[in-house]
Amino acid sequence: MTDPVIAALRQSRPRWIETIPWIVGVGGYFVFPDQLPFASQILITILFALSLDLVLGFAGIITLGQAAFYGTGAYAAGIYAIHVSQEPLSGLLVAAASAALVGAATGLIILRTHGLAQLMLTLAFATLLAEAANKASFITGGNDGLQGIAIDPIGGRFAFDMFGRTGYVYCLIVLFFGWLLLRVLLASPFGQSLVGIRENVTRMQAIGAPVGGRLLIAYTIGAALAGVAGGLLTQTTQFVGQSVMSFERSGEIVIILVFGGIGRIYGAFIGAAVYMIAQDQLAKSEPEFWNFWIGLILVLTVLFARGGILGLIDRLRGR
Amino acid sequence: MSAALETIGISKQFGALPVANDIHFRLEPGARHALIGPNGAGKTTLVNLLTGRLAPSAGRIMLNGGDITRLSQAARARRGLARTFQINNLFPALSVLENVRLAVAEHRGLFTPRRALIEEAFAILTRLGLEDVAATVVRELPYGKQRLVEIAIALAAEPSVLLLDEPAAGVPGGESGIIFDVIAQLPAGMAVLMIEHDMDLVFRFAQRITVMVRGSILVEGTPAEIAADPRVREVYLGTRAHG
Repeated sequence: MTDPVIAALRQSRPRWIETIPWIVGVGGYFVFPDQLPFASQILITILFALSLDLVLGFAGIITLGQAAFYGTGAYAAGIYAIHVSQEPLSGLLVAAASAALVGAATGLIILRTHGLAQLMLTLAFATLLAEAANKASFITGGNDGLQGIAIDPIGGRFAFDMFGRTGYVYCLIVLFFGWLLLRVLLASPFGQSLVGIRENVTRMQAIGAPVGGRLLIAYTIGAALAGVAGGLLTQTTQFVGQSVMSFERSGEIVIILVFGGIGRIYGAFIGAAVYMIAQDQLAKSEPEFWNFWIGLILVLTVLFARGGILGLIDRLRGR
Repeated sequence: MSAALETIGISKQFGALPVANDIHFRLEPGARHALIGPNGAGKTTLVNLLTGRLAPSAGRIMLNGGDITRLSQAARARRGLARTFQINNLFPALSVLENVRLAVAEHRGLFTPRRALIEEAFAILTRLGLEDVAATVVRELPYGKQRLVEIAIALAAEPSVLLLDEPAAGVPGGESGIIFDVIAQLPAGMAVLMIEHDMDLVFRFAQRITVMVRGSILVEGTPAEIAADPRVREVYLGTRAHG
């Protein structure tokens, strides 16, 4: 076989460097045993950012409403636990399915538009949904949040403990499968076609790609992954606050992804980890002023580190 | 036998401005057909109508006997209608191999094994003499080579009809020969319609020529008939044809 063919085949093979997040993830359990609830939040945020990377980074769908699906998953998992079953895995499935349903339904409308109109529509749907959740306080808890959620031990054996050990391992495993799904999907011809659509829609149509259908599938999978992240949040914190669907949450996850590096899968990991740790530290040392520093870091990232932290690393390595 | 591609009285207007008037055009299977005409004659408009980038105001379009008038661009492409663009319309950030692989994947289906897709894409590049630049990012290629990538992407669909919109546009004179060598070697069963301004190339390539003027077909015939037609001479040479 000829060299370019071999090189192309190797391109999407796993590389050793991809084990780093998982080594850090497993190591974190032992190194920071008293920080596990916070570390779980980071894992959940990574999964949420990954869902956005599929939609925004790879498929090029401009969205400021990804929290709609995160929130849908969070509420669905909570409502399911209270009214149907406290079994966690089926709860996650319900979270994924609910968010996917909302994603597919709104995607049918949103994906007919482009650019600014698309951005505004995603924002509008997210706001509508957040307001609907607020109004439906009889089932969502409204302003007070959804309380009284209890979750059964995972597989009937591993109970969620007050130190967050089970929660952390659970989040890490779910994140791993979410990442694996995305990794395989993006290396597949389907994932490549999303990149093609992002790069040149006209040409993809000219070679026969059903662009609308492809984007809808990507948008729906992205929604389902965000829903799983929201479901994890509910199950590990046993509470759903109204802010899960807020505009701030949608905006924050975009910032995290831009910060880490968009369209790169691992930008979600590094962006979420750095952002949340920075936010945590800054909020402790400068409780009233930390937003300023986050803003400053973002401005510097956009000005001097296009491609985010990963883009910067690439450039320093001369690639 | 049905035509590879046929228009039955298609018209198109932009507001009050007609850009295609009642066009009856037939492209036979395996044809080597050229579409010529002065700037603004409506040649690219016709290609856009054929491929579905524009919807006609009236008339029907048939591909291999089936009505495609209401089909989307993508659906027409899947039925065997491929095109190249007058101005390069590629995936500039991807490699040459990846560009063609995307097109092969659409043709073979997304569940085709990656290895098969890559090997087929590479085979197309080899046929067009692009194997050495397979790994090169398209935007770093010289323009002439990018024109070949345009054709490679179109060929990946194994189309029954190929529309070439000024395939040598923007290519330095010395390099256009390579492009026409590629066109000369296209499969015999493929119907090819080429829009081109360079009359040398048109007369070398075409078995039939259609001349368009102001959104209408002026005349159609063999290269010899077209060369001898006084109306064509008038269109191209203006009043000098009378002198």
